Amino acid sequence: MNGPVPAILPLTLQGVSYAAGGKPRIKAVSVTLAAGPRSIILGPNGAGKTLLIMLCHGLVGPTEGVIAWGHAGVTDPRWHQAMVFQRPVMLRRSVAANVDYALQLRAVPRAERQERIQEVLSRTGLHRFADAPARVLSFGEQQRVALARAWALRPQVLFLDEPTASLDPTATRAVEDIINAIHETGTKIVMSTHDLGQAHRLADEILFLHRGRLQEQTSAEVFFRRPATQEAAHFLEGRLPSQLKRVGS
Amino acid sequence: MQDLWEAFAAAGALVWSLDRDLVAIVTRSLTITLTALAVSALISLPLGAALALFRFPGRTVIVVALNAFMGLPPVVVGLFVYLLLSRAGPLGTLGLLFTPTAMVIAQVLLITPIVAALTQQTIHDLWQEYRDQLRSFGAGPGRAIPTLLWEGRFSLLTALLAGFGRASAEVGAVMIVGGNIDHVTRVMTTAIALETSRGNLALALGLGLILIALSTGIAGTAYVLTDMARRRGA
Repeated sequence: MNGPVPAILPLTLQGVSYAAGGKPRIKAVSVTLAAGPRSIILGPNGAGKTLLIMLCHGLVGPTEGVIAWGHAGVTDPRWHQAMVFQRPVMLRRSVAANVDYALQLRAVPRAERQERIQEVLSRTGLHRFADAPARVLSFGEQQRVALARAWALRPQVLFLDEPTASLDPTATRAVEDIINAIHETGTKIVMSTHDLGQAHRLADEILFLHRGRLQEQTSAEVFFRRPATQEAAHFLEGRLPSQLKRVGS
Repeated sequence: MQDLWEAFAAAGALVWSLDRDLVAIVTRSLTITLTALAVSALISLPLGAALALFRFPGRTVIVVALNAFMGLPPVVVGLFVYLLLSRAGPLGTLGLLFTPTAMVIAQVLLITPIVAALTQQTIHDLWQEYRDQLRSFGAGPGRAIPTLLWEGRFSLLTALLAGFGRASAEVGAVMIVGGNIDHVTRVMTTAIALETSRGNLALALGLGLILIALSTGIAGTAYVLTDMARRRGA
């Protein structure tokens, strides 16, 4: 190894906008994500949560504004991040080979790869599936493989885009436990969800997004007790979109 | 009608007795076609994948041309290769005309557009599914090519089978550039054409039956292997 990896956080977005087909999807978002707290991007469907996460992770570029990682010494911040998607993308190979593939791309030496594979599969309860083809696993198990694969990269920041959106409560619980375990190893969690219960369980910090605009960035405790915006208050009350629209007008 | 049944019976006897000429022609045919398929795979798989993943000026023209060339008339390809390899042609000094190598070249030209176009479509579809995840890992299009070729191996096997079918059944190009020389460049399709014109229907039918059996056998084996792999979830 070449010594300790420089910290890439904080992540700063300044006036970041994104438009597609002439339609603004993300509107002038300015936010700083610091190391430490689990940041949950909360908002209704279509608020722009996935897009904001993809912008942060560098999978799409902003049409306006600047996205900057904190440490000037990091040559490629992408190498110190990982992302788990709403639908797990499994390669047509075994569970262990799926994890190994990601490590190969990050140029992790072979001996260390084996160690990391054993470790993450054990910690995610997937060791008995190590040699099983990843695509035959259940959706929840595949999502755990996706988390194990991301964890093996030892990212400083892990982005998660609604990772439990299609899971039952038991699988959701397993995924949330893994997310917490990853967080405990020092990885910054940035996750999107529209599930208020999940936000309650996981969030240290809430970023509330509504129609592409960041309405609030505050501690979870404050957000759930005293939301600062009307949109957030209505979202917490569970009002349906048509009701929200009427209220807005 | 009786002639036809007699021809079938004679063909069956030839196949059953493993007639030496018959075996030589079948072996030569398979060698030439499988060599052409291997060479074409080395060209068309990465080419098709690159066309699916990279955007560059002229890409659309190449993709359209590949799709159009899927139906290239074999005699025209044969004529083109003949002109290239004939003594007065630019590659005439190589002395390849009327050799199995010339037949391989012609078959490569015939099947490369087919395999490349089918590969391009397969890899394009896979890239839609895998793009964000692979980019998240840090893999750009260049690194993604071998990964996607492996991920699409079952579909690509079908593309290669299409190429094999085209090459093994083709007669016009190999006749022109190979010359149908006995014990040198005579393959199943050219032999069938020759024996039919000679009235030797038994041998022609025997070769035809073997050609169909080989194509069916190879396609069937590929299907069974693919199906077994899919059932294992590979």
